[in-house]
Amino acid sequence: MDKPFAITLNPGSSLANRTGSWRTFRPEYVDRLPPCNATCPAGENIQGWLFHAESGDYETAWRSLTENNPLPAIMGRVCYHPCEGACNRQHIDSAVGINSVERFLGDEAIKHGWQFAPAAAASGKRVLVIGSGPAGLSAAYHLTRRGHKAVIYEAAPLAGGMMRFGIPKYRLPREVLDAEIQRLLDFGVELQLRTKVTNVAEAMQDGFDAVFLGVGAHIAKRAYIPAGDASKVLDAVAVLRGMEGEAAPMLGRKVVVYGGGNTAIDVARTAKRLGAEEAIIVYRRTREKMPAHDFEVEDALQEGISIKWLSTIKEAGESDIMVEKMALDDKGFPQPTGEFERIEADSVVLALGQDTDLSLLENVPGLVVKDGMIEVDGDMMTGQPGVFAGGDMAGNERTVTVAVGHGKKAARAIDAWLRGEQCAPAAKNELATFERMNPWYYSDAPKTVRPVLDIIRRQSTFEEVLGGLDEGNALFEARRCMSCGNCFECDNCYGVCPDNAVIKLGPGKGFEFNLDYCKGCGICATECPCGAIRMVAEEN
Amino acid sequence: MNGLQTVKFYQTGTFTVGNRLLAPEERSVQANMQRTNSINSGHRACQGCGEALGARYAIDAAMNATDRQLIAANATGCLEVFSTPYPETSWQIPWIHSLFGNTAAVATGISAAIKVKRQKGQGGDVRVVAQGGDGGTTDIGFGCLSGMFERNDDVLYICYDNGGYMNTGVQRSSATPPAARTATTMPLGPEPGNPFGQGKFVPAIAMAHEIPYVATATVADLRDLEYKVAKAMGMRGARYIHILVPCPLGWGTASHDTIRMARLAKETGIFPVFEAEHGEVKSVLAIRRPLPVEEYLRPQKRYAHLFGKNPAVETIAHIQALADKNIRKYRLQARQEGH
Repeated sequence: MDKPFAITLNPGSSLANRTGSWRTFRPEYVDRLPPCNATCPAGENIQGWLFHAESGDYETAWRSLTENNPLPAIMGRVCYHPCEGACNRQHIDSAVGINSVERFLGDEAIKHGWQFAPAAAASGKRVLVIGSGPAGLSAAYHLTRRGHKAVIYEAAPLAGGMMRFGIPKYRLPREVLDAEIQRLLDFGVELQLRTKVTNVAEAMQDGFDAVFLGVGAHIAKRAYIPAGDASKVLDAVAVLRGMEGEAAPMLGRKVVVYGGGNTAIDVARTAKRLGAEEAIIVYRRTREKMPAHDFEVEDALQEGISIKWLSTIKEAGESDIMVEKMALDDKGFPQPTGEFERIEADSVVLALGQDTDLSLLENVPGLVVKDGMIEVDGDMMTGQPGVFAGGDMAGNERTVTVAVGHGKKAARAIDAWLRGEQCAPAAKNELATFERMNPWYYSDAPKTVRPVLDIIRRQSTFEEVLGGLDEGNALFEARRCMSCGNCFECDNCYGVCPDNAVIKLGPGKGFEFNLDYCKGCGICATECPCGAIRMVAEEN
Repeated sequence: MNGLQTVKFYQTGTFTVGNRLLAPEERSVQANMQRTNSINSGHRACQGCGEALGARYAIDAAMNATDRQLIAANATGCLEVFSTPYPETSWQIPWIHSLFGNTAAVATGISAAIKVKRQKGQGGDVRVVAQGGDGGTTDIGFGCLSGMFERNDDVLYICYDNGGYMNTGVQRSSATPPAARTATTMPLGPEPGNPFGQGKFVPAIAMAHEIPYVATATVADLRDLEYKVAKAMGMRGARYIHILVPCPLGWGTASHDTIRMARLAKETGIFPVFEAEHGEVKSVLAIRRPLPVEEYLRPQKRYAHLFGKNPAVETIAHIQALADKNIRKYRLQARQEGH
């Protein structure tokens, strides 16, 4: 090269200088477990489906959601959404309304008639599912996805279990329930109604390779209350089931509900809608100790239901009941005080919990029953190989969401068992805690509040209390998600690197570090909004 | 639905570098895979260098705004030393190294040459940027800079302000903030660190020249920085952009905190971010999450003498008063955030 005066070297690029050798820490992309996913009893990948909803691709979002839960329109109404309690967004403004977006996606699917993608190739195996409640439907769905033939035996004339016979219409309209069940039937799940299984061992002889028990807990617990001949004492299960019959139960003008769980609330709100002037919940402990969810208690109070805390019913008469006041002792247990009071009541409904009818299992060896519940291992398998169980009959936490999770877990285990393998769930990523994020980057946005039916209307009708989101609001709500612990391609790392050492691979493909030049300054990790980069010490 | 929000909302809006929810043309230059990468990898800046980052942000934006018809003149200083040790260079643009003090004059000359060539019908509309650190701008090159402003030469001058002569061992410049420790303002005696004084805030001096455009920016607000560079390149005449670029070495901060420090400088009011046209302030970047100056001072070792067992409460209050004055003067108070 012909060089100018006093120039002896050819021009070079700084690319010859591999500054990666300076590094003592190296950045790594990681996927961390978002707290919503970690908390979801149904094992939904919430962050994952919200990611699709954020870009307005609701069908992909729904498909992602239904990989774990086949009942989003139902769950979007009745789930107690522990995910929202764990949501990191609450540290900024308020939790993302995950439940309302789920409902929106479920309703979109019904509106547009979206169907599940065809199942895997048929395995030739047949699995008996006893009970068509959330656990049974979920198990049947996940078994079908894996190519097994799932046949549900349901004793009742209609499917849905407690979702139909326990949850009032104002929380779950039956058209929604029917639509999601019908989609499962269209998917290939076989349902036989009015088929009560009285003997599991016998039923399995119909050519089944495994069985999943999901019969629920339909027997109301009783408490001994001295009652006069003319008094009217009913149980909550019967009242709520009666709501599905031809004639609504006769409860009278003044109704007392005894108990403090969500069922007690449901019955009291139902009584109010049936025209009761007064619906009073009598509970032996305090509001703090009440097992019902606080927002349900709040809803009930708003609707004019009164609650007598620290009270037990001593006897029931024709038109009134005797209540004894209680006081909490040092340990927080209620103790009688000897103070009595009479309350007018046309009827008393007991909502003291439910038991499972286990008579169908008498001929199955190896089953262990404890505290009225069937014992299962980590794979939801009972003491008898090939017999699995889930839902209300196999756990203390009795919600639709837990049941759906049980069904999925059991289906996974049944699938492995049918193939003679051990079910090995994938290792969980470390938790995406708020401290690992950089919240600066998220726009300020309050939670969208679902419209609540007018108080008057909800006291007198069984219309749905909570309204849904429309498309604009659902999109807004979805976009409040911070994608905790999982890259959402904001390009921050690509932009903030002073050494141009982050390689952008293109939309949907993410990024790579160019370790030849990365000096390990760590700006990318500090400025990653969602905490999806970690700094790791170099070995030498 | 009545009463419910219908506002547009894009998760991270324009706070992040990119955002898959925005249309590609609404994203930053830095998010684009075709960005110039004006300063390429392999440069010898320290880990977490704010100046290397700020220079890439600014020059990539200028390249984008001028359809890559750009020449840069560069004063001596960190930026030149770490990017271009003979015979290597990191620059991927036409670039010339001037003396420490004459960058503005060199850029003026280039601009004049382009003008003459175009009058002769040679060459296209090539634009000129001059750039330097605070030493080359506020001290050594100040005469040439003021001349360039006064003549209204068609040059964008960009100052990367890290508050000192960093590559020669952290000596004080006229942009070093009060109370800061440098090699030449040691934390000794009754008033440790750099003395409180009039200071030399060049953006205000540039405004006093009433040139077409003056702006300040930080590496913490990329979209604002890119907007200002693009706007400046859309104008003719003398323009000046002053970018705060934290220096992990000179400030004694962790290398991963560079952007965080710039953000704290802006959020505490220490560094006002605004733009001005013909000597009048036209807009400011309001504070989003107001913070006391202590949040900004404490992570920096150059202010370590203010804390410890006997915190220098009065000095901290004095710095707070300066920040409060900025907030009043430039109207930086937090406002309701829009989307």
